[in-house]
Amino acid sequence: MDTNERYAVLSVRAMPVQSYDVRRHTFAVLVENKFGVLGRITGLFSARGFNIESLCVAETDDPTVSRITLVTEGDAKILEQVHKQLNKLIDVIKVTDLSEEPHVDREMVLIKVHAEAETRAEVLRIADIFRGKIVDVTPKTYVLEVTGDEGKIRAVINLLKPLGIKEMVRSGKIAIARGQRML
Amino acid sequence: MKGADIFVESLLQEGVDTIFGHPGGAILPLNDALYSGKIRHILTRHEQGAVHMAEGYARATGRPGVVLVTSGPGGTNVVTGLTNAFMDSTPVVVFTGQVPTAVIGNDAFQEADIVGITRSCTKHNYLVNNVKDLARTVKEAFYIASTGRPGPVLVDIPKDVSTASCEFVYPETVHLRGYKPTIVGHAGQIRRAAEMLAAAERPILYAGGGVIHSGAAEELRQLGELTATPVTNTLMGLGGFPGVHELWLGMLGMHGTVAANTAMDGADLVIAIGARFDDRVTGNLEEFCVGAKFIHIDIDPSSIGKNVRVDLPIVGDVKHCLRRLLEELRAIEKDWRGSHQPWLAQVEEWQTKYPLHYNQEPDGELLPQFVCEQIYEATQGQAVITTEVGQHQMWAAQFYHCTHPRQFITSGGLGTMGFGFPAAIGAQVALPETVVIDIAGDGSFQMTLQELATAVQYNLPVIVAILNNHSLGMVRQWQQFFYDGRYADSSLEVSPDYVKLAEAYGAIGLRATKAHEVRPVLEEAIRVRRPVVIDFVVKMTENVFPMIPSGGSIRDMLLA
Repeated sequence: MDTNERYAVLSVRAMPVQSYDVRRHTFAVLVENKFGVLGRITGLFSARGFNIESLCVAETDDPTVSRITLVTEGDAKILEQVHKQLNKLIDVIKVTDLSEEPHVDREMVLIKVHAEAETRAEVLRIADIFRGKIVDVTPKTYVLEVTGDEGKIRAVINLLKPLGIKEMVRSGKIAIARGQRML
Repeated sequence: MKGADIFVESLLQEGVDTIFGHPGGAILPLNDALYSGKIRHILTRHEQGAVHMAEGYARATGRPGVVLVTSGPGGTNVVTGLTNAFMDSTPVVVFTGQVPTAVIGNDAFQEADIVGITRSCTKHNYLVNNVKDLARTVKEAFYIASTGRPGPVLVDIPKDVSTASCEFVYPETVHLRGYKPTIVGHAGQIRRAAEMLAAAERPILYAGGGVIHSGAAEELRQLGELTATPVTNTLMGLGGFPGVHELWLGMLGMHGTVAANTAMDGADLVIAIGARFDDRVTGNLEEFCVGAKFIHIDIDPSSIGKNVRVDLPIVGDVKHCLRRLLEELRAIEKDWRGSHQPWLAQVEEWQTKYPLHYNQEPDGELLPQFVCEQIYEATQGQAVITTEVGQHQMWAAQFYHCTHPRQFITSGGLGTMGFGFPAAIGAQVALPETVVIDIAGDGSFQMTLQELATAVQYNLPVIVAILNNHSLGMVRQWQQFFYDGRYADSSLEVSPDYVKLAEAYGAIGLRATKAHEVRPVLEEAIRVRRPVVIDFVVKMTENVFPMIPSGGSIRDMLLA
């Protein structure tokens, strides 16, 4: 697809249907590292009927600040409200819509997969292709650790499914802007 | 210094002169510290009354209202008031007692997770875990409540924090890195707003409660007069522009005037000032002001673009933004009145053709609109008016023409029946010399009438004017129009004798059932300077007009 064609497609999509055009955005939210702050955020989402697709939170290098990566879905108007309503919370220090700029995002998944004689080698091959690691071994199972963007995680899950996924856990997305800009 | 004394000293530092509250086990150390009498404590008969009183006090003065209640039920009883204050952007600081920190989470006696419960109905809230944090928390609470878009803040104080000791240092400044309200509007946007106004042929100013909160009534009047632009107020904005001004169109929205709603519909530029496009104003958004461009000035960015698409947003304090806008406009050479003449003539025609009206027969049943107009005349338009919620509220808004800000105190966003009477008490505490009248319905008054005891105990000469139609009138009106006259659960068949009720509480009870009795009764009530309840027995089937049905547009407006 050449550049002109891409623009054409974008502009047709962006114009009349814009307000009904549901998009998925990733927000980085810096918050006071205090008791109850996560409750304020999740309470805001449930009270206003916004979706949380995933949410990931931990302390930053500054122990008084936590960073939340939040993935939400909605049309342009809802995404604008998500941004503004988050900003309105006293304990929220800064909100950035990372989907508006180049960014890197990663998720981690731990998959406990059935691994007996006939499939053991295949699991290892898949782990190798996805630069995953085997972090636990039993005669019947492997636990596989993979990090990557959403597409990669989905791909590895799809490949392992036929071999027998017994249990899995995903971290939710974390994300950071590319380049020198800092939050 | 003990936590309880730190609390009192901190309030004194904030200039607090009155607290509305009700004691209980977990808050007793604080009530005990107030026994010295450094701050006046008004003992209410229910915690909901305390918050509404604090709201009335805050709305009448602009200073935060303060509430002190106990843990558990004391806390849960303030939830309605907090939500009301949150919806109407009223600065209120509520202090709740909490069980001692050691037993929090143990389902202790009178324990409730009030910080969790009130998270979504406060601007911010706190649990004070350590007496060392108490003074700073009080400082932050008052700062957050009264700056930016004002709102309620709750501070939960466990009993052992009140009794523990530490050194008392009241902080000079507040440092909250996540809270920096935008006061100064963007200069370029304000200049563009001036250009848009100069280019408009049919502009209208749609002004809300933000004008009153920011003290911008004078600037709004100047803006209207300088540019010869008609003005309409929301329910919350009444008094923000003189209700007797030639440019004033009356209230807009569901029960707004024909002129206000038609002018909005016909305008080519709507300037929303400290208003939030509530559904009671807009009706069906698809058909709301279809031919207009929108400029929206508001201190709360999340109010802008929430309901309508705005062509020019300006985030900032209304007073500041209007001052800057006036400067820009004065630099524009234009014959405003001349160029707006066709529009002004059109608007005046709507006003003349469709005034608010009623027809009081001298010997007929008493009409509620007539009573409201008589209250207006008997007080020369100078009383502070509070209202409950329902038909009487709309009639009060339509027929009491408020001329100055903080004169009309009503429950707008939440629509809380039972708000008006305690709010009147709070306003009267703040303004002891002013005539304060709660225009009430019989349904609403019964929700908080226990505060009659409070009014009598502190000799607060509030007047409750009940427009008694023996029914939940607004519910009844909707049932007549939209439920085929099936009046389910809206008839108040059993009601107290309000005259005897007032007397039982030690207040004065009066009654009027005919038109000629109204004025003498009102004059007596104003003269006695004691708490008075007036039972105006009015026509049950009278309805509020005009009316745009919920979700409708101006084309669905009912005139009678």
